[in-house]
Amino acid sequence: MSGPSTYVPKSAVGRWFESRLPIMGLMHSSFVTYPTPRNLNYFWAFGGILSLMLGVQIITGIVLVMHYTPHVDFAFSSVEHIMRDVNWGWFLRYTHANGASMFFVAVYIHMLRGLYYGSYKAPREVLWILGVIIFLLMMATAFMGYVLPWGQMSFWGATVITNLFSAIPVVGNAITTWLWGGYSVDNPTLNRFFSLHYLLPFMIAGIVILHIWALHVAGQNNPTGVEVKNVKRDTVPFTPYATIKDGFAMVVFLAFFSWFIFYVPNYLGHADNYIPANPLVTPSHIVPEWYFLPFYAILRAIPDKLGGVIAMFSSIAVLAFLPWLDTSRVRSANYRPVYQVFFWVFVACGIGLGYLGAMPAEGGYVIASRILTIYYFAFFLIIMPLLGLFETPKPLPASIADSVLPRGGSAGAVAAGAASAPQTK
Amino acid sequence: MAEATTVEPTRRDFLYIATGAAAAVGAGAIAWPLISQMNPDASTLALASTEVDISSLAEGGIMTVKWRGKPVFVRHRTATEIKEAVATPLAQLPDPQADSARVKKPEWLIVIGVCTHLGCVPLGHQGDYEGWFCPCHGSHYDTSGRIRKGPAPRNLDVPDYQFVTDTKVRIG
Repeated sequence: MSGPSTYVPKSAVGRWFESRLPIMGLMHSSFVTYPTPRNLNYFWAFGGILSLMLGVQIITGIVLVMHYTPHVDFAFSSVEHIMRDVNWGWFLRYTHANGASMFFVAVYIHMLRGLYYGSYKAPREVLWILGVIIFLLMMATAFMGYVLPWGQMSFWGATVITNLFSAIPVVGNAITTWLWGGYSVDNPTLNRFFSLHYLLPFMIAGIVILHIWALHVAGQNNPTGVEVKNVKRDTVPFTPYATIKDGFAMVVFLAFFSWFIFYVPNYLGHADNYIPANPLVTPSHIVPEWYFLPFYAILRAIPDKLGGVIAMFSSIAVLAFLPWLDTSRVRSANYRPVYQVFFWVFVACGIGLGYLGAMPAEGGYVIASRILTIYYFAFFLIIMPLLGLFETPKPLPASIADSVLPRGGSAGAVAAGAASAPQTK
Repeated sequence: MAEATTVEPTRRDFLYIATGAAAAVGAGAIAWPLISQMNPDASTLALASTEVDISSLAEGGIMTVKWRGKPVFVRHRTATEIKEAVATPLAQLPDPQADSARVKKPEWLIVIGVCTHLGCVPLGHQGDYEGWFCPCHGSHYDTSGRIRKGPAPRNLDVPDYQFVTDTKVRIG
């Protein structure tokens, strides 16, 4: 990973080890001396928060598995056993269940941050696409995790989502049977979902390492979207600046998280999932977890089975093409007055789709879902390519330092480095 | 490798291709069991057919029985329901199928109770056509279990069944 490696082991043992496996030097250059743009705002703290949430989910998940039984006859009661009998079981389960929601809160902010500041644009395309892959893996993991308690929503959510694959022409039903390991969602399905739910977080962790690697090659984007021109003037070292700022953001985020765990642990869940799964009765109103609602609304907006499934998967796949759909030469929306408006309409559209996904699929709700679905796709496929050609951006600051430091560049400690640069502007 | 002007394939070329082909076959042979294990196992396939006693089902009633882990609806149709189902012109159906092709005896309709959209269990005696209504995504079925309105692509499937006696049906 890039950044000046100034690591010098202090002890003889350290030197001996470093010459054989330079991992301390790698950590030092990646998380201590690594230069971060000096103008980063708190939206840049969500990468750290997401890493924290991945850790929380893996740790609570591993201990929950010590008490859970992946079998259709025992799964539901083993979850109740965790809630009532296991020491601190309620805390571990509520943390894990709400942790999934918090993970998605953080990832949506993280993604919208990228969308607003143009973080997907060259040279960060691979970084962005790795992020889209992580998002897909997160969705798969969360979906399979929701099936494990084997309540009514678990069962019927699993049924609806796996049936999406039956929309594939010719081989659809064979694929669905293969996914189920039977002719309906049943014990084989629960077992394999459990296995994959345990596996996928570690795959996410692997891709996160690639994501951070790609980030450290290209360097972080920043609110101006102007690249670092002078490492001394435009950046500050990761430690202490970013570590302390990220640490503070994590504490605030954990306070928000704790409020859910301790005060409203079931607010984001669905009451029907406390009813054991019954393959003969569908709940009157099936809804996925809140973080899937916008995509669910897109699925239901299309009055054709295959069309709906294609639209839903396309709504995520389109993100991967974003670096090439956006034709603007300016990254940050701060300097794109028209894009800014479309961006906030897009955010409202996403929230609107989320609301509609929770409503019954009838009448005005369907019409509204269709309008918002059209905007969702138009934003990526029409607005982004055309706007870059027609919009006149505002003038960009000459450098990151110029955007945050007082003109004249006599900002205390920085001045030493800045003095070398001509301050003619 | 400096002189790569040979036009004739050499023995080495043959060895490369043969080795590559053997490796591909080997990878496929290893992948096969790993993929195939996810298909229904012997115990699932061995699930026997179900016999259902329909003598207690009054006219107008619907009975739900479990077959291969799925619900199957047995509906004792009233004369009006049969008349409606028979009288519907095929041109009005998204998945045209005559009522007579869906039943063995007009008063008994037997269909798999799984919505052909995304697999929910539809609710009986509901919807615009008084057949079934799927609450998940709003598909309406008529009294012959045929899709009339909504996102489902097909009529409710009719399982293999036969009347063992007048009051007993074997499904499967």
